[in-house]
Amino acid sequence: MDFDYTASEQSFREEVRSFISDNLPPKKERDKNFLANWLEKVRAKGWVGFAWPKEFGGSEGGLIEQTILREEMALAKAPPLGTSMMGLAWVGPGIMQYGTEEQKRKFIPDILDSKVTWCTGYSEPNHGSDLAAIQCKAELKGDHYLVNGQKIWTTGAPWSQWIILLTRTQFDVQSKHDGITCFLVPMDAPGVEVRPIQNMAGDKHFAEIFFTDVQVPVENRLGAEGEGWNVTVSALANERSSIGEVTQMFEKLENLKELVKTTSLQGQPANKDPKVRRTIARFEMKVAAMKFNGLRYLTKQIKGEPLTSETSVNKLHRASLEIEIDDFAVQLLGQAGLQLRGGESAVDGGTWSKSALNWPNVVIGGGTPNIQRNIIAERLLGQPKD
Amino acid sequence: MNFGFTEEQSLLRDQVERFMKEACPMPKVREIAASESRFDSTLWQQVADLGWLGLTIPEAHGGLGLKWIDLTVVLEAAAEGLCPLPIASQALASAAVLTCGNDQQKNDWLPAMAAGKAICTIGLYDEANWIDPKAITAQAHASEGGYVLKGTKPFVNDAAAAHYLLLAVNGPNGLALAAVAKDDVKITHQPTMDTTKPMASVNLDGVSISAEFLLPMSEEQLAFLTDCGAVATTAEMVGAGAAILAMTSNYAKERIQFGKPIGQYQGVKHRLADMYVDLESYRSLSYYAAWSVDDDVAGLAKAVSLAKGYASDAFAQIGIDGVGLHGAIGFTAEYDAQLYLKRSKWARPMYGDSDYHMDRIATLGGL
Repeated sequence: MDFDYTASEQSFREEVRSFISDNLPPKKERDKNFLANWLEKVRAKGWVGFAWPKEFGGSEGGLIEQTILREEMALAKAPPLGTSMMGLAWVGPGIMQYGTEEQKRKFIPDILDSKVTWCTGYSEPNHGSDLAAIQCKAELKGDHYLVNGQKIWTTGAPWSQWIILLTRTQFDVQSKHDGITCFLVPMDAPGVEVRPIQNMAGDKHFAEIFFTDVQVPVENRLGAEGEGWNVTVSALANERSSIGEVTQMFEKLENLKELVKTTSLQGQPANKDPKVRRTIARFEMKVAAMKFNGLRYLTKQIKGEPLTSETSVNKLHRASLEIEIDDFAVQLLGQAGLQLRGGESAVDGGTWSKSALNWPNVVIGGGTPNIQRNIIAERLLGQPKD
Repeated sequence: MNFGFTEEQSLLRDQVERFMKEACPMPKVREIAASESRFDSTLWQQVADLGWLGLTIPEAHGGLGLKWIDLTVVLEAAAEGLCPLPIASQALASAAVLTCGNDQQKNDWLPAMAAGKAICTIGLYDEANWIDPKAITAQAHASEGGYVLKGTKPFVNDAAAAHYLLLAVNGPNGLALAAVAKDDVKITHQPTMDTTKPMASVNLDGVSISAEFLLPMSEEQLAFLTDCGAVATTAEMVGAGAAILAMTSNYAKERIQFGKPIGQYQGVKHRLADMYVDLESYRSLSYYAAWSVDDDVAGLAKAVSLAKGYASDAFAQIGIDGVGLHGAIGFTAEYDAQLYLKRSKWARPMYGDSDYHMDRIATLGGL
């Protein structure tokens, strides 16, 4: 057991830090070209798709370097390394694993260069957690497929140019996991209609998407017909260490501590209130658990053992922290906590109240907590399936 | 960066698990716990021969010169089977001698402790739930040629089995550890919930010790020994928690109700998943705390409080859910689940409960 970094890992950290100090000016000093310049520079460094194979334009960065990169970027509150989060997280890896040579040439560079933003067409009106039960239909018609159906809760759909779309090409199947086929579809194809949905925080991050007689060329199929479930499962398995998230949670916790130090509760300093102190300590224990769970999983990966369902442990911690930290801040702030940006008594520009309404983005998005509990109970503890 | 165990540590774990299975299975644990001495000298000798009592004692003093992370491998694996032998107390007593003793005392005492010939324990605080130097009320007064002790140590683990006890007192020059022999003090066994963890009160009134048996102890040393106690306790909570989770999970797969194994119902399987999440989380925190004892003393207090703060409540809940999910059978004395629930009650206040540790986390975090 050893928590030290090697000299080369340490020098990589220094490299990231000095890059950040050279290229990340304070928010007020950033001009309108800042983001484009930033993306170009991190791309030139090879830090977009850092772990990807070199033949696809990645850097084949090791797990620890990847962890260091994410950690330092999160600490500096840097913009993301690339604009297509989903493209980098699983569309790209999915194409590299299942795509044709032509698909790789066509799609991978644009993801790395932040030219194209991807969204993910999984959930449907009647099938969210029960993902494999999807009904959106694709029929082979010569050189193309005809897609009809509906997707919903598609995060990023209002501004994405492409969607990775899960459809059903066969309805008469023994297992619902069979007969699913995956496609890469441009959002401006005729017959694709996006209707943004406003969430409870007032944002329009997700949308419903209607597909009416959309013609998708056969060459846009990802993987074989009927292989869509495997494509999806192995693409989602491309998740790596959650260290970046942990750093974000530590930052949030620090902000909460600052808030507590400047807030009074029933006329007393809130940071002296035993309940407040213990609540914050409980958050800190969970974030620390995420950190050290993550390091145990990282060690497993370094030893060449695949990560399986253990990551659900940290997803559950993350979900409860996302809900509880903001909710605690809003509660602590009393009536001021209700005020949004612009309110005369709003605290920290209303950020606590705003994010207290945004937790479902994270908590529901990657599989609900109850789905994570099913995964843990069934795959790690061997309980019978529902 | 490597947050995993070495091959040697894995072999050590296998060795302990084999010992528990072959030499100290649950019927034996129950037999020892129900016996007059609550101790088994044959098993103790075996444990000593295996080297487990000298793990953290330097080689120069007859030990193996390993680290606390190695010790916690033993404590965790032994606690899976609720081992009633005072291995943790012995390790804490050695830590006390290493921390507060002089060279002479280390030379004289540690080899016998490593060999198991001197069974030892420590007793720090005299208040039931207060971790603070002020919670030490027993006293040592200067007398001709040494000291006279006064007061009672009400909560001393494994006192009845020990030959020597290292007990915190207020001496003429501040805090100290009084090293006393079992026969010189009055030890009274206290009935408690967890019979695998014998507790006694030790009355010190009028006991005389010579000067070299009073070891000066700073507040920092007291805090360090307390943190070591919490690390040892948390390691045992990892092993015992894993055991009752496995027991309960297996039961849920086999117990049929309404035509299905109860583990198929989300009301049951989600509780099991939550137990797993908590166990794995305090496991990670516990390993980090154990590593910190030797390799990051500056960060030890925080690491310990994160681990023991998390584990105290989580293991208590795991104990309750483990018994509860079994239904009525879990409530019976015959079934082993209840022994783990009792261990979770025992572990909760030891070296600080969750309230203490969470408050310390807040303080260390700048609140």
